Parts: sequence; structure tokens; C-alpha cells
Amino acid sequence: MGYIIEMLNITKDFPGIRANDNVTLQVEERSIHALLGENGAGKSTLMSILFGLYKAEQGSIRIRGKEVSIEDPNVATSLGIGMVHQHFKLVQNFTVTENIVLGSEPRKGILLDTRSAEKKVESISKLYGLAVDPRAKIEDISVGMQQRVEILKMLYRDAEILIFDEPTAVLTPQEIHELMQIMRRLVEEGKTIVLITHKLKEIKAVADRCTVLRRGRCVGTVPVASTTEEQMAEMMVGREVNFHVEKGAAAPKDVLLRIRDLDVKNSKGLLGVKKLSLEVRAGEILGLCGIDGNGQTELIQAITGLAKAESGHIFLREKEITNLPIRERLDLGLGHIPEDRHRHGLVLDFNLDENLVLHNYMQRPFASWGVLNKKAIKDNAARLIEEFDVRSGQGAATPARSMSGGNQQKAIVAREIDRSPDVFIVAQPTRGLDVGAIEYIHKRIVAERDKGKAILLASLELDEIMDVSDRIAVIHEGEIVGIVQAAQTDENELGLMMSGSLRKTPKGGQA
Amino acid sequence: MTKRREKILLPLLAVLLGFILGSLIVIATGRSPVAMFAAMVKGFSGLDIINDVPWNTRYIGEFVINAMPIILTGLAFAFASRTGLFSIGAEGQLMVGSLAATAVALLVQAPRFIHLPLVLMASILAGALWGAVPGFLKARFNVHEVTVSIMMNYIALHLNNFVILNIFGSQDKVKTAFFPETALLKSPFLQSITRGSRLNWGFIPVILALVVFSFIINKTTFGYSLRAVGYNKDASRYAGMKVNRNIVLSMMIAGAFAGLAGSVITVGTFNFGRAMSAAEGYGFDGIAVALVGGNEASGILFAGMLFGMLKSAQPLMQSQGIPREIAGIIQASIVLFVAMRYGIKMLLERFKKQQAVTADGDRA
Amino acid sequence: MSIKILFEMFPIALMFASPIIIAALGGLFSERSGVVNIALEGIMMVGAFSAATVTVLLEESTVLAPWLGLAAGLVAGIVFSLLHAVASVNMRADQTISGTALNILAGGLTVYLCQIIFRQQRTRAFSNGIQKVTVPLLEKIPVLGRMFFIENYPTFFLAIFLVFFTWILVYKTPFGLRLRSCGEHPQAAASMGINVAWMRYFGVMASGALAGLAGGIMVLTADIQYTLVTIHGTGFIALASLVFGKWNPFGVLGAGLFFGFSTALSFYAKDITFLASLPGEFFYALPYVLTIVALVVFAGKSVGPKAAGQIYDSGRR
Repeated sequence: MGYIIEMLNITKDFPGIRANDNVTLQVEERSIHALLGENGAGKSTLMSILFGLYKAEQGSIRIRGKEVSIEDPNVATSLGIGMVHQHFKLVQNFTVTENIVLGSEPRKGILLDTRSAEKKVESISKLYGLAVDPRAKIEDISVGMQQRVEILKMLYRDAEILIFDEPTAVLTPQEIHELMQIMRRLVEEGKTIVLITHKLKEIKAVADRCTVLRRGRCVGTVPVASTTEEQMAEMMVGREVNFHVEKGAAAPKDVLLRIRDLDVKNSKGLLGVKKLSLEVRAGEILGLCGIDGNGQTELIQAITGLAKAESGHIFLREKEITNLPIRERLDLGLGHIPEDRHRHGLVLDFNLDENLVLHNYMQRPFASWGVLNKKAIKDNAARLIEEFDVRSGQGAATPARSMSGGNQQKAIVAREIDRSPDVFIVAQPTRGLDVGAIEYIHKRIVAERDKGKAILLASLELDEIMDVSDRIAVIHEGEIVGIVQAAQTDENELGLMMSGSLRKTPKGGQA
Repeated sequence: MTKRREKILLPLLAVLLGFILGSLIVIATGRSPVAMFAAMVKGFSGLDIINDVPWNTRYIGEFVINAMPIILTGLAFAFASRTGLFSIGAEGQLMVGSLAATAVALLVQAPRFIHLPLVLMASILAGALWGAVPGFLKARFNVHEVTVSIMMNYIALHLNNFVILNIFGSQDKVKTAFFPETALLKSPFLQSITRGSRLNWGFIPVILALVVFSFIINKTTFGYSLRAVGYNKDASRYAGMKVNRNIVLSMMIAGAFAGLAGSVITVGTFNFGRAMSAAEGYGFDGIAVALVGGNEASGILFAGMLFGMLKSAQPLMQSQGIPREIAGIIQASIVLFVAMRYGIKMLLERFKKQQAVTADGDRA
Repeated sequence: MSIKILFEMFPIALMFASPIIIAALGGLFSERSGVVNIALEGIMMVGAFSAATVTVLLEESTVLAPWLGLAAGLVAGIVFSLLHAVASVNMRADQTISGTALNILAGGLTVYLCQIIFRQQRTRAFSNGIQKVTVPLLEKIPVLGRMFFIENYPTFFLAIFLVFFTWILVYKTPFGLRLRSCGEHPQAAASMGINVAWMRYFGVMASGALAGLAGGIMVLTADIQYTLVTIHGTGFIALASLVFGKWNPFGVLGAGLFFGFSTALSFYAKDITFLASLPGEFFYALPYVLTIVALVVFAGKSVGPKAAGQIYDSGRR
């Protein structure tokens, strides 16, 4: 079997950073080739070069042995290269068919020939077992279905090489399983797949070979069957990785956060959280795990006040906070690391020092009589930068936008921990961060627990939940379907609960 | 370029380009750009650089008169802007401000030290209320403030005309009776030192407004929360700020500045209320002023003077045979160039890079 | 209100409605491609000025002068709208600011040119604008004939034609699909090989052509010359019709007719007993008030193109 894709000695510079440094990638025809690396390792850049979105400074690309110059995505398409982007590029109020044919539409005279387009989409969908309704509108179908529409877009254009960019990030375990089957089916039908990911299990499950990138450089290419997950992890990070979080046993005390029969509506106006009850005690970390979109966001937003509770009660210590304004909840000792740090966590156009007083800018010493004290704000920033090792180019005066994701997150963690809240809601604290930052943030969260805080940790990363939590609550369709001790469960059991096929309540039946 | 320098240099470049474009149009239509610039110099300094006529301070007075209202509408646009709102509503807020000033001037009888402040307060309040409408609709229903404030401008125009014509009973279908002296900003002293210009005490509220603007935005916790909302609503809500309240307040304060502009014109420049066939463009002038001034008080002061100078040069240009509308053309091109500043910056950087490449080539 | 008054109102209402509908269709093209165009007002002014000027200058030599005037309005509208296209597509300008600049510019530029060409603040008056027509045969249709086909401006039929034309082009052709995709999700469009910049240029230029034409129609049917107040906010009413009509050609038709009638009503109000007590200003202000009401009613249901107003940066994917 020959190489269908050869990217040889690719170098790509962005202002201030070399994203790809002399990277070589060779992919065998009719295989699944994984591209592994941490965030920022240069995987997406490399694939964007292959897809014609960026142009490399150095290096050459050969497709089926012939040297090519891929100027734009149209050239890539004509070479039979297609890409399923991590963030789908679908027009929400168009139909499935309209999205697929866009740009190369069948015509009847000057008009769009919708009927034959739908027929063709249907037949391709059948061939690969995709089961997509060609007449459905994108806004009405599930995320997994939307991904299949993306796949159909490429197949409609006769793509032979399919690039998947982190395809499982948004899928349920069930959908992930189906996607793996679709991928195998595609290879059977003669396609070649490049899979961009940082999840080792998926590589083990489906890929034939794996190329590892680290900080823009190629670390090596290995056959997946004869390489262990630990070996690949070490190649990815550059040192031996201890995924286990060092922590002692929890010493839970009083209940600090108590939720009773909570109903919360989601953005579609339906109940995203239903009659949910939960308790978190001082000195423990309660992990909240579930498939994305099962009510985690609604629950957290209702606790923190970003969303309204339809009914039910939320107590902080003995004080009911269900309908209090956000500011009062904060003053009562609630802390919140939001899941989307750019949307909620930071004002990116503010400097770091202004961001570090986002909650208490109006309190002494940062202000008196409604007038800001800029010196106090600056001093506060200097102290936190020092204590939490936040790296920023111009110290307190660094625009938040110019900081790296890891340091932005550290700044948020610093701000929230420094407020010393009794109840700490932590959502997706390490999404998109590198291993070093992840380890640091986990350590700080455990340290807060040991100080006697009650911590609710929501994460989509099962490993993070299992490593950091003391107890784990599983949420499914807005309900808690089980609470287990972290030390006494495994991935299998959690997976069954997350998909709703297993219910487990601790002895006594009380959550 | 550092951010600070960029913020000053790019608008200056846009101003330069606007004047160049204006000159080209003047040349293309067979008129003299020298006469145009001479009119501008005379328009703000009273000095005639072409003819040998004595210095006339009246022009300085008229120049200040022209700059005052557009500084205020500039502050109005900028204040909303800092909270992330795009208010085109200064025009209408100014008109209801003017209407309120007219009403208080005509209906209230009081000594000047009570009457005049009442007139000013009424215009501020009216502008604020008019501004509250798009603010409230934005906060409550998430309706876009641009469309609402455009519509509010026309409603204000017709409301103004209705009240002036039907309630205050104008004789000539254009203006009300004259206001009593106690309601006016008029100053015989200021008139006498500017050879009978219409210069009046209006500049004092204008300066106060500039100071208030700068203080609120830069120094107060309220200003901090307004800016935070302007940059990122979601993060502001997360941090416990009252986003909707801030949006309404910001639009109201913006409206207050524009409303004040209404009284500065109506009881300062004029001394009667007027019905109008169309808006006079002070609101749009304000957008130009705020954009060129970078939404900062000091910048707005300078930009207001720049466009005030253009306005006061208009009759002088007309008398030189250059149609007065050239001022509007220059102003519009400056706004267009300021709007394109990021594109211009990109072009400049690309140009610099190419220069560097060719320079390297020369050396090699 | 007698039936007679209603029939009398029709030609007037349709006269006012035609430019509103056509300019709003222009706005539809622009916003469907993803460019907000609040410069409709300014483009209409430029179109009206050009149409009036060409009509005045040519009416000595040809009876077709008003039609040539309309063509001039259309072309001038395209050229003028190019400024908006360059600013918002190439130069990453905020589309609202750029549109505002065009509105200011139009006022200055047209009167400036009037001064250069006619040595006064307005164009010279033309002796004949567009003439009303009575359509043979169709005029005999009961009721409908009296409403639409007797003594009516042919420009109304043009407006109706353009509504259907727009509907087919935007909703039934591959080109329309691509145009709409640029207004909904330009990154998606680009990933399918569609040239977003080009499509947006088309959208803005189409809005220039239609708004320029609308301005020409307005001055040649409802006025005797071009002045600074010839358009007096009609461009903004067109914008309101676009919102009112939910960015759909037939919705725009309905909204345009509605605003046309409400304008006509202000002329006839004193003949209609129950409206006679209301001042004229009430009717002038009515479209604007209704638009705000419509905005509040539609609030939350995002009916407009999602990406309208967004700068499309091909570097950020």
C-alpha cells in the first residue's frame, strides 16, 4: 500500500510563534491515521495547510505521489480532500440537502433542482449507513446527525481523503460508537481518514497508525496496535505523565450547598433540569458528570444565578438563594469558575488588573464613594500574579486578550480562590489547557477542599471527574441518576449511568 | 504602532484623507481649494489670509457656537458606545430636548437664576427619557437600538412640529413667540467681545458635560461597570453587574447629553422654538465627532472644534463660490475613513512589509 | 369613509408604496448577503438627484427623458453603493457607521452638485415626470380595474414585477441559495468554495441599483424637482418595511403597501370623518411608531439573516 498523502518537512510561522516546525506526515491509503497532540501542538494548523486554508512557508505536499500546491479549499476539494470541522459549518435554517449541495447545486434550467438533489443525498446516505433525513432543517436535528451532514458534504463531492478535526468532542458515547463504525465503513469503501484528536482511547479503538506532534514538532509515527496508551501519552507530553491527582482522603463536614426539587428551563424553553436534588458538604469535591447537554449548564447557571429557577430551592448554608440577584449570592460566599472563560470568565478587552477585580471593584480598597482606586487595583493584580504564577507580558497592564488560554484560566482561578468562597462551583476548569496547567489547577482545587470548602466540579472529561472528585453525581436528561464514591466506581459504570441505562442511589435513597 | 498612538494617529490620517478628497472634489468642479482652506482659517480664527481686512473676532464667537452642540451630541454617541450600544438617536433626543426647553421657556415665569437652570434641566430630562425608550426596548426585548433610535428621530421631528405648530401657536408656521430674557443663555458681554456674534454662556454646560463624561467613564465604579458591559455583557452578568439597568442608564445619560444640546441651541443660539422640515444633522455630526475623537472626552473636544470649524466656514465658502455642502462631504468622508481604519491599518502594514522585502532585495 | 375616497386614494398610495417596496427589496439583497445597509436613504437621494438631473437636461431632446432618468438613478445608485461595499467588505468597516457616512455624504454631494450644475440648492424643475397610464382591457375588470389599472403610475407594475423576480432569484435558484448562505453563515459558505466577498459585493450593488431606482421613481412621480428633502426618510421607511416584512419579498410588498396607504391617508384624513380630528403629524409619525411596535412583537424570534452586520474575515475560520 502506498502513501496517499505525504506532507514533507512542513514549516508554518504565525506572528510570534512557529506552529509547525519541519513536520512530516505520511498517510497510507485506505487507513485511519491519527494525529495526536495537546492543544496548540500544531495539529489543526497542519491539517489547515492540507485543506488549503493556510499556506506553509516551507515543505511540500504530495497527493497520490504527485506534488501539488493547495492554494485554497477549492483545490483541496478537487484533489478529493474533505474536512469535517470541529465547529460545524452548517447553515441552521437551511435543510440538510441545501447544506450539502451548496456551492455545487444540481440545476433545472436556471432553477435549483431540489428533487434530484434530495435523491442523490438520500442514496449516498444509504450507501454509508448514515440514515440522514434530506428534508430536515439543521436546527431541528441532533448534533450527531449534524456531524453526519458534514460527512455527507464531503462524500457528495467525491472526497477520498476525509479529515476529522476532534470529531468526538461534542458526541455522546453512543454517538461516538456509531461514528467509529461509520469511519470503518468509509475505509471499507475505499476512503482514507485522518483523525485529529487528543483522546488516546479513540486512537486505540479505531486508528491504524498515529503521528504525534509536540509544540509544532513531529515526535514520531507509531503503529497503534503495538503501542500502549502510556507510551503515546509520554510522546505527546514529553515526560512521563502521572494522570493521578495527589490527594488525601476527604473529610466531609456540614452540608454547605443544598438543592431541592429544582426545575430549570433550557434555551429551547423546555425543562433542562427536572426535580433535581443534590447536596455538597464542606471539605468534599462532588463531581458532576454527564453527556454534554444533559442539564449540567442549566444546573450550574441556576445555582450561580445566570439562569432562573422555575421551581425548587437552593440553599447556601441555611440561607435560601434561589431567587437572589447574582451579586448577593456572591456576597454570601458563592464562587464560580465558568465553563466558557471567554464568554463569562473574562472581559477580554480589559487589562489583567481590571479583570482581577471583576466581582469586587466597588468594594474597599478598590473603590471608595463610587470612585475607583487604581493603585489598589494594580497592587491586587501584582499580588495575585505572583501567588498564582500567572504569566503575562506586561504584568498587571496586560490586555487579557493577549494572554494564553492557560494563563487566562489561571487568572480566573486566582480571582475566584482569592475571594475564598465557601461554596465553589467549578465548570470545565481545564478545557483546552496543556498538561502542566491542568495539573496546577487540579492541585489548587484539592487545596481548597482541604481548607474546608464545598466544591461542585462539572466536567465532560470523565478522567478529570474520576481523578479529582470524592463523590460523583451522574446527570442524565436533567435528573441525577446516581451518586457513587469516586474510589468505588469505574468508567463502565459511569458510562451506563450517563446514558440512562443504570440508576444507582446511595443507601437510604437520599441524594 | 502602540495602541495609544494608533488611537490618535489613525483618526488623524482619516481627517487628512477627508480633506484631500474634499480638495480633489473642489478642484474637479473647477473651484479653488485655496479659497476653501482660507475660508476654514477665517471660520475659526477670524483672520483673513487672502484679503487685507482687519481681524474679526465675530467669527471666533460663531465658531464656538457651532462647536458646542456637536460636542454634546458627540458625547452622547460616545457614552452609549462605551457601553457597547450604537445610538443614532441623538438627533431625536436633541429635538425633544429643544422642545422641552421651549416649553419651560414659554410657560414658566421666574427670575433668570431659576428659569434658566430649569430650562436646561428640562432639556436634559427630556433627552434622557427619549433615550430611555431604545435603551429599555434593548434591555427588555433585545430589540436593536439602531433601528429604534432611527425611528425615534422621526417621531421626535413630527412631535416637535406638532407641538410647535398646534400648541404654541406659531404665527408664521415656523417659529414660536420669542422667549423671555430670563430663559436665555444670552450674554451681552460675550457678544460685545466678539463683535456681536451669537456667543453665549452655553459653553459652560458644554465644558461641564465634558468633565462629567470623563469622570463617570474613567474614574467611577459605575463607569467601570458600563465599560465592562460594553465589552462583554455575559461576563458582566456573571460578575453580578446589573446589565439591563446599565444599558438603560447608559442610553439615558447619552440622551441627557443630546437633550442638553437641544437647549444650548434653542435658548442660546436662538431665542424661539422652531418647526423643522427635516432634522438638522446635529446627531450625525455627533457620530463623526465621537468617532474621530475616539470616544474620549479630550478627543471629542478637539473633533468637535474641527467639525465646528467646518460648519462655521460654510457661509464663507459659499461667498467664495464654493458650495457650502463641501463641508458635509468632507465630514462624511472623514467618517467613512475612520470607519475603515482597521482596513487602512492592514493596508499600511502590508505596504510596510513589502517595503521591507524590497529593501532586503536591494541589499542582496 | 366613502368608497369613492378609497378608490381615489389608490393611485396616491401606490405611488408612495412603489419606491418603498423597491428600495426595501434592495435592502433585502444586501442584508441577505450579510451586509446591513442603513444607507438606503442616502442611495435614494443620489438616485433621485441623478434621475431629476438627467430628466431636466434631456427633456428638450427626447420624450424618453424620465426613463433615461430612471436608468441614471439606477446606475448612480450602484456607483454610490460601491463605497459601502468597499468599506464593509474590503476595509472591515462597521456597516452601521459606513452606512451613516453614506447618508451624510449623499446630502452634501447631491446639493453640492446642484449648486455646480444649476447654481441653486435644488435641481431645476422638470416639466414632465413619469406619466400615469391606464391599461387597456384590464381597466374593465370590476373593482380591481379601478384600483390598479386606471390612471396609475407604471412604476407600481415594475415594483410588483421586482417582487416576483426577487423571490425567484433569492429563493429558487442556486445563486439565491449561495447569497443567503453568506448572510447566514459566511464561514460555511466559504468552506463550500463560495466567494463571500463577491457575493456581498453583489448584494450591496443590487441594493444600490434598486434604491437608486427607487429614488428616481420617487422624484419623478411624487415631486417636481430634487431637493434635500425629496426623500425625507423614505429610505428609513424602506428599512422598516424590510423588518416589518420579515426579510421576505412578499412581506416587503405587504409592508410597503401598508406604509404607502398610511402616507396617502395623511392627505385624505380631513375628508374622512373619524380621522379628521387627528393632526397630519400623527400620520407622518405612524410608520415609525408601527415599526417600533413590530420590532417589539417580533423580538426574540430571530427572523433576519444571522450574520448580517458581521465583518467576514477570511483569515479567521
